[in-house]
Amino acid sequence: MAKPIKVSLLGNPNTGKTSVFNLLTGLNQQVGNYPGITVEKKEGVCKLSKGVKAHILDLPGTYSLNASSLDENVVIELLLNKNDIDFPDVAVVVSDVENLKRNLLLFTQIKDLEIPTILVINMADRMKRRGITLDIPLLEKELNTKIALVSARKKEGIDTLKALIESYTLLPKTPCLQALSFAPDYFKKLQKTFPNQSLYKLWLVITQDVNFRKVDKQEYVTTPDFKIKSESELKRLQQKETIKRYQFINNVLKKALVIDEKAATGMRAKLDKILTHQFWGYFIFFGILLVIFQAIYDWSSYPMDMIDEAFAWLSETTKSILPSGPFVDLITEGIIPGLGGIVIFIPQIAFLFLFISILEESGYMSRVVFLMDRIMRRFGLSGKSVVPLVSGTACAIPAVMATRNIESWKERLITILVVPFTTCSARLPVYLIIIALVIPDKKIGWIFGYQSLTLMFLYFLGFATAIAAAWLLHRILKMKSTSYFVIEMPDYKIPLFKNVIINVVEKTKAFVLGAGKIILAISIILWVLASYGPNENFSNAQEIVTGQFTDLSEEEQKKKIASYKLEHSFIGYAGKAIEPLVAPLGYDWKIGIGIISSFAAREVFVGTLATIYSVGSEEDETIKNRMAAEVNPVLGGPLFNFASGISLLLFYAFAMQCMSTLAIVKRETNSWKWPVIQLVSMSILAYGVALIAYQILK
Amino acid sequence: MKTTIAHLKRGQRALIKEITSDRIPLKLLEMGCLPGNEVELIQTAPFQCPMYLMINGSHLAIRKDIAAQIEVQII
Repeated sequence: MAKPIKVSLLGNPNTGKTSVFNLLTGLNQQVGNYPGITVEKKEGVCKLSKGVKAHILDLPGTYSLNASSLDENVVIELLLNKNDIDFPDVAVVVSDVENLKRNLLLFTQIKDLEIPTILVINMADRMKRRGITLDIPLLEKELNTKIALVSARKKEGIDTLKALIESYTLLPKTPCLQALSFAPDYFKKLQKTFPNQSLYKLWLVITQDVNFRKVDKQEYVTTPDFKIKSESELKRLQQKETIKRYQFINNVLKKALVIDEKAATGMRAKLDKILTHQFWGYFIFFGILLVIFQAIYDWSSYPMDMIDEAFAWLSETTKSILPSGPFVDLITEGIIPGLGGIVIFIPQIAFLFLFISILEESGYMSRVVFLMDRIMRRFGLSGKSVVPLVSGTACAIPAVMATRNIESWKERLITILVVPFTTCSARLPVYLIIIALVIPDKKIGWIFGYQSLTLMFLYFLGFATAIAAAWLLHRILKMKSTSYFVIEMPDYKIPLFKNVIINVVEKTKAFVLGAGKIILAISIILWVLASYGPNENFSNAQEIVTGQFTDLSEEEQKKKIASYKLEHSFIGYAGKAIEPLVAPLGYDWKIGIGIISSFAAREVFVGTLATIYSVGSEEDETIKNRMAAEVNPVLGGPLFNFASGISLLLFYAFAMQCMSTLAIVKRETNSWKWPVIQLVSMSILAYGVALIAYQILK
Repeated sequence: MKTTIAHLKRGQRALIKEITSDRIPLKLLEMGCLPGNEVELIQTAPFQCPMYLMINGSHLAIRKDIAAQIEVQII
């Protein structure tokens, strides 16, 4: 079989590059990371004709080859390194028919690298409505390339693109303009010094602050010819280069592109008038947030109840089918309840990712950035911090990564530090179960229930704390960093169903698998610790209990034995040891164990309690019912009451309990200093607030 | 006094004169903010910042301090 053709997919953000990628590869894709850095690497396989395959690499979106972020560095690093395993046989540059002028800038740069290049003009379905006519043959000639006119939305033009990829050897490799003619003396000298090198590649190596693994930048930079240029001179030259490229593009498009201006505006202008309005814009934004949280809570309750019951049933059935023994106990009392504790939150997490990806796909997120920039700046953040803060409600890890497009380092650092305060989906399991236990299931009017309002308040609390912490950090951190802010306002689009679904499936899968591994391990450890004890108090539990309580029914005796055993197991002793620390917050030692284990990841809490409570219990019960039945050992009455419940909710709202987030913060800030500060200060805050809340409410 | 993008009123159009400052980010140039191109102010957030502009057919938003460095001629 022939070797697969290596294809790199490039393009500006918002051109529908991902849609083209999804169309080419279908569900045949993989998401990973580039080695050593956290930039997402998306790959997939596309079948062409006669058994020929193409290996498609979806590179991060870039406006040009002048890198200003890690994501963009990846692109340059790959395109300059012929020995890289992913170095493309053919580059596919995706552009959007409505922003062709701007999109072509990147195209001309890639052509300069002398890689066979195909130009995709996407969103062709919009041409008619926007009054756009294109002279494709003329464009192909002027740009010295082949063009595929594609509509990812209507699935048109993909076959043309596939055919072009297949016959990539026929594509011209030469540039489409002489871009480096703006400083003839400088470049003549450069070429003389390195006669065997491509001039444009040299120019990129000189101007870009990228760690080229295979290219020895030092050697170039120390050569005298290069030292002539100061940084500001280089910047001038880059400006000239950009102007030169635009002159060429403008000339080409003057001949090949006709836009009927009247048709070009319309929907967009009307929507912008409302959605970016100085008053209604904010009103609508908060309305949308309200709807999202209400929906997450209400819509997902049905599948969640089903999953909860299914796991209780599964555990019970396994117990009755398999012969009893320690191994079966491990499965029915340790693993199944532990996993059930996480699977149950799939519906909610999926809904959250669904909404976030719709907001992003539709182009609305940029309007939010625009609306919020001024307000956020007062707190030392940027409008662009809104995207991490909103996506932090799904997970802090992608949120921390999403701070990369914030231009000012200070604004970016503050955003990274406060993002873990936003209510991530891992907190949701804890919140939901506690809310269900301690907040009455009543409604105000007939839409908003107390329970969903409590949840909404917790989300609000997360944001408010993040903002307050940002304000504080803004005052404390003494850092000078020049800030500039440029954001594209893309046109509104109806989100593509396929893109949204793929995104939701990928993200949910990553969450469940990532959390699942930790939870599985922890629930096995916990089960072992809860099922064995260090001394005879544990092994002789039956005799001790029956000796003490002679007048109990068999059923009650069994329960007493189970709880006596648990108290004298390894975990029981460990829990007792930390009880003095958590008792002032209104918790017993079991909750204490739950909190300790959830420093690995918050969602472990529910799984832990599920495992601890199910050890030794006979009945087919859901986690919630078991927790509701717990009794406070000191005061009597339900353990999970209003005071301890609120205290727990607040503890989880503020505590930094996620190893993965700490790891990602370390990587993004390149130092242990910031994650350690996060961990210590957030834990102290959480303990303090929970303590005060319980002492007031009890 | 020089007229800059920061002086534009909503719906007003202007031509970009010269880019003189090298404090202006290259990214802005790459998005079409170049001498001779047309700029229109579409919307501003409260307190005139950020400014939502259409430059050379591209829609983008920038803060007022950057806008105040780009000299224009109102048309």
